[in-house]
Amino acid sequence: MSAFAALFRRELSLMWASGGLMTPLGYFVGAATLTPLAMGPDRALLATAGPPLVWIAAALAVMATLERLFQADLEDGSLDQMMLSEAPLEALVLAKGAAFWCVVGAPLALAGAPVSIALQAPIDRIPLIVAALGVGAAAFIGVGLVGAAVTAGVRRGGVLIALIVLPFFAPPVIFGAAIASGEDVEAAFLILLGCALGATAIGPFAAAAALRLQAE
Amino acid sequence: MGQSHPFSKSATLRVEGLSLRRGQRQLAEGLSFVAPAGAFVELRGGNGAGKTTLLRTIAGFGRPAEGTIVYENLAEPALSIHYVGHLNALKGSETVAAHVGYWAGLFSSPADMVEVLGRVGLERQRDLPARVLSQGQARRLALSRLLLAPRPIWVLDEPSAGLDAQGRAMIAKLIEAHTNNNGIALAAVHEPLGPSPSITLTVGG
Amino acid sequence: MLSYFANPARFMTLSAWASPIFLGIAFVLFAVGTPWALWLSPADYQQGETVRIMYIHVPAAWWSLGIYALMGAASLVSLVWRHALADVAARSAAPIGATFAAICLVTGSLWGAPTWGTWWEWDGRLTSMLVLFIIYLGYIALWNAVDDEDRAARLAAILCLVGLINLPIIKFSVDWWSTLHQPASILRMGGSAIDESMMGPLFTMAGAFFSLFAGLLMVNMRAAIHRRRVESSRIRQEQA
Repeated sequence: MSAFAALFRRELSLMWASGGLMTPLGYFVGAATLTPLAMGPDRALLATAGPPLVWIAAALAVMATLERLFQADLEDGSLDQMMLSEAPLEALVLAKGAAFWCVVGAPLALAGAPVSIALQAPIDRIPLIVAALGVGAAAFIGVGLVGAAVTAGVRRGGVLIALIVLPFFAPPVIFGAAIASGEDVEAAFLILLGCALGATAIGPFAAAAALRLQAE
Repeated sequence: MGQSHPFSKSATLRVEGLSLRRGQRQLAEGLSFVAPAGAFVELRGGNGAGKTTLLRTIAGFGRPAEGTIVYENLAEPALSIHYVGHLNALKGSETVAAHVGYWAGLFSSPADMVEVLGRVGLERQRDLPARVLSQGQARRLALSRLLLAPRPIWVLDEPSAGLDAQGRAMIAKLIEAHTNNNGIALAAVHEPLGPSPSITLTVGG
Repeated sequence: MLSYFANPARFMTLSAWASPIFLGIAFVLFAVGTPWALWLSPADYQQGETVRIMYIHVPAAWWSLGIYALMGAASLVSLVWRHALADVAARSAAPIGATFAAICLVTGSLWGAPTWGTWWEWDGRLTSMLVLFIIYLGYIALWNAVDDEDRAARLAAILCLVGLINLPIIKFSVDWWSTLHQPASILRMGGSAIDESMMGPLFTMAGAFFSLFAGLLMVNMRAAIHRRRVESSRIRQEQA
């Protein structure tokens, strides 16, 4: 079994064991629930303004789970061992990101369906919104890896991570929200895909560089 | 396993004029030593003298402020070194067997789990999650990673921390087997580990 | 050439007289540029007198971007050559860049009131500047949050470079977004062709902002280097 696969499988089971799936999902649904509470339940208003807000909830949910991603490994010494692995640290970081997408990103995208319906998105647009959320989550996580890596040594760094990654969440939120509200969908989806590819290409390198510094 | 294939006799760890810093703080200056294949290097020195920094630098985690470390006839440090530091790198929810299996995957080794756990005395705990292990058992599990892949250099930071007399005897046996196999072992210690060191180095004042 | 000035001791002697000179140049340029911009230059045929806000708004925008690019260059030097002076430069530049971005945002908001009839318009340029401002805040916060200074410097350098890669993407996204949501043609700040008579005061003010930045940067860097020296002499005393 390659080191990549080993790490991927272990992360899945560790995240699963720590109830990793339910917390961000609950957070996502909870944040989305606040939307009609803030705007009022008027269906016409929700139909125009609601669906893009799914993206705010998704961004918040990913952000809230980033803090411990590398911090735990730094604190218990696992990071040192990862650096001595046969596989390059960049590949291990990518594996971690992939596992994170499976446990947090994909369920969020699926939960995006009922949440968008509740926010009055048209039914025929739901598959597209779910697909876009899945792609967007990859972009969020790619950036999030860097945010989590540079703040791994900071105690209670949750708010700091949020501040650091928020501006970089802007492009996926812009294109994702455009898809959710049905504007210029095709172009937006392609660019969103580009954002996700770029973030997964650059994120692991920057994050691994930061983690090497953390271990110094 | 390592026993059947001894390491190269020509492998040498050469440390020349090493200076170490933590932040702006000077820790040690002008450290030099040569550890040939089969050497056991004992590091001594008080708290804050820089033993851990020295070991981490040799393991390749940090760069020395001055001086060089030469790994002669050895692969790059990341592939020729095992490091066991103060932290055991265990995850509370993971069982002993899962931990060993996982790191065997990361070190790409076809290690025999029963043999490895036998040598560190954890055969009976193999299905226990790490969070219920005693301090000594957790340390044994951390040390078991040394046996997963044959790597010529062992870098150990107070390996006997938390271990009883039996555990210390186990470490002594592991180190002896390793050096007899042409391996190089470096250990920061407070009291002698057992095997007579070929080099004793005092770090700091 | 660069490595010649990169020696901290040489930097200290050089900056001791260079920073007052830059601050002096800034003072002169502001003294010339302010009356030129406020009284001597013509009013805009569409926007009237309010166009004069441009002479602060636009240079602040240019240099807050320019400073970030300089920080990116310093970060690269810090990561590749591990040069302490580059760390100090990047760290010292950040609060100045953030302040310029804030000046740009505040003047943009003030300009919006007479031009668009609102104190905040989600105009593409202003929005990009707001994102840049938040990036600055995150960068400064990371520096302050990490205890070990050398480590903080390199982590911040990584973040800065990731930000530099992202800036054009963010700019592109925001432009895309603002054309998507811009129904009618509205006045764009500094977007239309600028009359030649406005160039003189604009570039004077841009020069003033740059000199101010250069002077303040050196003052900040000198303070940071002094602080480090005090700290290391304390450590030496403790070890002696």
